[in-house]
Amino acid sequence: MSHGAGGKSSRRLVEGLFAPLLLSSGSSERLADAAHIEIGGATVAFTTDSFVVHPLRFPGGSIGELAVNGTVNDLAVSGAKAHSMVVTFVLEEGLASSTLEAEVRAMSDALKRAGVTMVGGDTKVVERGKAEGMYISTAGIGSPIPGVHVDAKTVRPGDKVLLSGPIGDHGITILLARADLDLEADLNSDTRSVLPMIEAMAAQAAPGIRWMRDPTRGGLATSLNELARDCGLSVELNEEEIPVRDEVRGACELLGLDPLHIANEGQFIAIISPEFADMALNAIQLTEGGDEARIIGQIRQEPANTVVVNTRYGGTRIVDMLVGDPLPRIC
Amino acid sequence: MRVPGAKGSPLEHKARGSDVRIVYSPADALEIAKKNPNKEVIFFAIGFETTAPSTALTLMSAKKQGIRNFTVFCNHVTIVPAIRAILDSPDMRLDGFIGPGHVSTVIGCRPYEWIAKKEGKPVVTSGFEPLDLLQSIVMLLRQLRASEAKVENQYKRVVPWEGNRAALRVMAEAFELRPYFEWRGLGFISQSALRIRDTYAVWDAERRYSVPETRVADPKSAQCGEVLKGVLKPAQCKLFGKECTPEHPVGALMVSSEGSCAAYYNYEHRKSLVTTISAVA
Repeated sequence: MSHGAGGKSSRRLVEGLFAPLLLSSGSSERLADAAHIEIGGATVAFTTDSFVVHPLRFPGGSIGELAVNGTVNDLAVSGAKAHSMVVTFVLEEGLASSTLEAEVRAMSDALKRAGVTMVGGDTKVVERGKAEGMYISTAGIGSPIPGVHVDAKTVRPGDKVLLSGPIGDHGITILLARADLDLEADLNSDTRSVLPMIEAMAAQAAPGIRWMRDPTRGGLATSLNELARDCGLSVELNEEEIPVRDEVRGACELLGLDPLHIANEGQFIAIISPEFADMALNAIQLTEGGDEARIIGQIRQEPANTVVVNTRYGGTRIVDMLVGDPLPRIC
Repeated sequence: MRVPGAKGSPLEHKARGSDVRIVYSPADALEIAKKNPNKEVIFFAIGFETTAPSTALTLMSAKKQGIRNFTVFCNHVTIVPAIRAILDSPDMRLDGFIGPGHVSTVIGCRPYEWIAKKEGKPVVTSGFEPLDLLQSIVMLLRQLRASEAKVENQYKRVVPWEGNRAALRVMAEAFELRPYFEWRGLGFISQSALRIRDTYAVWDAERRYSVPETRVADPKSAQCGEVLKGVLKPAQCKLFGKECTPEHPVGALMVSSEGSCAAYYNYEHRKSLVTTISAVA
């Protein structure tokens, strides 16, 4: 299970097995959230994603919405505007048709909101017990946003780390919705398309955008550790600047979890050159849903390949990737 | 879940198809038993006095409801004998103790008084937030500077000096002390662990399943005991950062994210690793 959690084990699986055997380049070095490829003279962005979530419906959304928004967001943080999607449903025998209908409606609404068309799909049914309700897999295609070029290798010391909004909402919502914990909170998943914020940022600050990512499984810490590794520099965060809702902070304190490791489905991180940072932040804050965006840190030369956090207590700590699933403490 | 056993860790067993689940309360395990009458549910009860009362209450509940497909594998331990064993070691090099906050909510602060009075070492019962620990360390340093040795309670908002009588009562109802118990890293310590009383024998996994007295010895090269006694810093253990890392831990101090070795690895050792490009083999 830890191979799917988004942290070190997942990375080892991709780098050690999939990349050498499946990728034309043989290496996962240039892997991003979406691939930009040339077909017949045009550059097209191409991505795939799959959605396995339990429960299927949760406060703030459902698996169908995650599927649409997740695909749009992968394209958006690669610097592309989603155009069309295809979807595969793997359905468990016995799934109520009302459940399926609800998800299809949710997807339809999400597609309209995101301005993306669904152009095809496939369905399979597997035996009872083999799919936890349903699994959804998507592929999305889009066109590059003019002027935007994301590459970890262009990141420089002095660049600013920009975060679009509060972290931890989605992961904690799911954890509480599983009802194993008997905890309640007024929390919703943050699932949404981040494309409008990214387009607004690109309109004002495209030349300053070095790198972007949507911090899903494994959270902010995992995405930034990947960046640190890919650019060979240090990512330094200021804990006080990182927006976290009180409910998320409370749940994390109770359970011994770190918000930095919790999944998000409606946020993105951008590394912006210092000259464009304020303009980029402004553009996002003026976009609907972007009012909680913050600059949360900066890139430094040392310590290389490491993410550090300046804590509220005046100390500095190293933040690593997740190893497996975040396990709440018991005592 | 990652603690290595004779035939693999629980996580590894789960991957091989065993039905291993994490629950946040022993009551949840009892619920699973109720909902699945054709399955045998065994709750692996671990922890010091913090978690023992909940296990005791669950045993009492199982008895009251007559739930038969539920047993507890009791591995609860007690804190004072472990501290005593460390202090009795001739090579022990500790000057004071940060007392366990949540254990103390159950047993109170009185059980530590002998450490101050007889051994002359200060004890400060601490909370878990960074400020709690910083304050507790300040309190210990003040005592050491003044050559004092007493027990202080920094975690007053949660820990009552006298402990929780109701919790202690239910523990006494369901448990008794084992004559001895083997601790990884510290060896055999007498009267340091709990077992289920005869009155709850039906719910005792050790009796239902005749669990053998297996000894899973840590490799001789693991120096957990010396780290616990302050003889060695984690990085001085021969296995540290090589055979023993948070991802494949050998001893107890590396398994727990709160263990000394795990803490040193994640916050000290990593600084010297950063020049090596990550892709961990």
